[in-house]
Amino acid sequence: MSDPSFVFPNDLHVPWSIMIVLYPYITGLVAGAFVVSALYHVFHQEVLKPVARLALVTALCFCTFATLPLLLHLHHPERAFNIMITPSTTSAMSGFGIIYSFYMLLLIVEVWLVFRPEIVERANSKTGLQGRIYRLLALGNREVTATSHAADEWLIRVLAIVGIPAACVLHGYVGFLFGGVKANPWWSTALMPIIFLASAIVSGIAALIVLYLFISWRRRTPPDITCLRAMSHYLWISLVIAVSLEMLEMLHMAYESGAEWHVLSTLITEHLAVSYGLIQVLIGSLIPFLLLPMAIRPSRSPRGMMWMSGFASMLVLVQVFAMRWNVVVGGQLFSKSFRGFVEFPLHIGGREGLIAAAVIMILPLLGLWVASKVLPLWETDSIVSST
Amino acid sequence: MTFELNILSNHTNCGDSGGCGDSGCGGSSCGSSLEGELLSSLVEGEGGCGEGPDVSSRRQFLKKASTIAFGTFTLTVLPMSVAPQSAGENALGGSLSDASKEVLYGFLVDTNKCVGTGKCLSACRVENDVPEGYARTWVERFVHYKDGTLQVDLVPETGYAGSDLPAIDPELVDRAYFAPKLCNQCADAPCNQVCPVHAAFTSPEGIELVDSERCIGCAYCVQACPYGVRFINPETSNADKCTWCYHRITKNEQPACVEACPVGARVFGRLDDPESEVSKRLATIPTSVLKEHLGTHPKLHYVGKSGEVI
Repeated sequence: MSDPSFVFPNDLHVPWSIMIVLYPYITGLVAGAFVVSALYHVFHQEVLKPVARLALVTALCFCTFATLPLLLHLHHPERAFNIMITPSTTSAMSGFGIIYSFYMLLLIVEVWLVFRPEIVERANSKTGLQGRIYRLLALGNREVTATSHAADEWLIRVLAIVGIPAACVLHGYVGFLFGGVKANPWWSTALMPIIFLASAIVSGIAALIVLYLFISWRRRTPPDITCLRAMSHYLWISLVIAVSLEMLEMLHMAYESGAEWHVLSTLITEHLAVSYGLIQVLIGSLIPFLLLPMAIRPSRSPRGMMWMSGFASMLVLVQVFAMRWNVVVGGQLFSKSFRGFVEFPLHIGGREGLIAAAVIMILPLLGLWVASKVLPLWETDSIVSST
Repeated sequence: MTFELNILSNHTNCGDSGGCGDSGCGGSSCGSSLEGELLSSLVEGEGGCGEGPDVSSRRQFLKKASTIAFGTFTLTVLPMSVAPQSAGENALGGSLSDASKEVLYGFLVDTNKCVGTGKCLSACRVENDVPEGYARTWVERFVHYKDGTLQVDLVPETGYAGSDLPAIDPELVDRAYFAPKLCNQCADAPCNQVCPVHAAFTSPEGIELVDSERCIGCAYCVQACPYGVRFINPETSNADKCTWCYHRITKNEQPACVEACPVGARVFGRLDDPESEVSKRLATIPTSVLKEHLGTHPKLHYVGKSGEVI
């Protein structure tokens, strides 16, 4: 029997736009960056100390804007808080309010505790507007004693420990949103939360490598090569895990060749040939997979490692974005008639257009720039008054 | 959509008390004991705070603060999370003789009878003010050619006769038939399950409805519906779907599409009435449902449907 082309009439209208691609991408960066900071705070990976603060503040900045694509996507954004006020316990999506709020609160508290010594010191020493800002940030607490510092350190560790499962839930939950849609064979798999989580860690580490190299270049300060090598190492391991899971899922679907495989295989080979085959698999996965081990070879010069790691990390960021794209967009390209395909409307302007998407991606970076002016991302010496 | 607004205009959170009105009543009658505990803990809390900042009072404070937080959550969020069902029950109580008893409706589509007039489609669009380009119901034409190919087309609202659809040539075609589609009114509706804000809810008669005052337009229900029945209405920005003409059937009228069908291909009726046509036919002839493997338990049944209708 041939495969007639037929699309259900309502399927011609693709409901989820590029904003729903951005949301898991941003939360993935949050979760991944947090994991890097937790490796230092919880697992005492001292080698990551140079980027531990950057990782935490990056997570906070991206988390701050994580809801923006959702708000732009909602057809009734004025009712957005219904999800927190009248949540339905049967819906995976209703967990969003609690999970997001908890994680955001955790990040704010942890960032405040980490930077408290410097905030207090500046609240005491600075005058004028700067002094006012720091006194506001100090929340009335103008002294850091050795005892209070130790308590802060303990609390930071506790928050980091709690933050690891929280980050996993934040992002695993996003994967679950897709994995739990049984109507869609491209999404419906128990592996989806794990795949999302693994790629989240990948994207977080890659983003930190790129940011660290870029900021070091702007500050005219050479990056800590040991730290960079460690991050590249972690990136490679995470990438192998993430890509293996993605390939496993694909292999499983192809090997089973279930009822809907005919439409999924056409989806992969024709409609996602560029974004999946070329960008996600070849450029985004294979090249970094080969490049990163070469970058971290002991014989590699620092300059060579910086270039190779940086380039591989940028490709990995593209890979993760392509993965989100292929999941979100790919799952909407075929009709639930499983007999036809639709076009994905990609607009330049408008609430859910490319320009809005670009602005959303720039905003966390602007936030990071502002944060770097207020918080000493690179001053690691603690200022503790002895008592 | 108007009737959906009316149904939920009397939001109550107190189950059958019916007297709490719009105020989100977590308080007055349904949570009085919890409220009492909360109030007493607050009073105790004030006393405890006066004892000084020692460890035990801090612990007490935390204990009480958590009690208050839990109490607040219990009194506000939880009652709201069950509001729609209660609201639906109370509001519908007036229009039904016995609202507490679940009245089940059933729908039968006979693909042997449908001739693709399209009258059901235009009747639905007019009755429910469905925007152009979207459909609460549609009709598919399946043509099996002798060479083994299958052609599936969408029947226009003007009907198959005189349309652009290729005519059936008995020399080339083995068999051809029409399959009307509409909401399956699943007993285990995925659209209802995934709605994060209770905007998708089930009426006491088992009809899946949309609360147009609660819908946030996230389109998760659109994604979750395996039958492609839901859409985001561009005029209201709410999720929209076939309701089996809920506003008509609760007045003992037939859905508009059923009434418009000239050949009786669509049969609607009460399942709790053994004498209704739908009950009789479901009891006596083989029927099937769409995408049965998904476990949604549709209340829309098909007669004469082949496996290719999904």
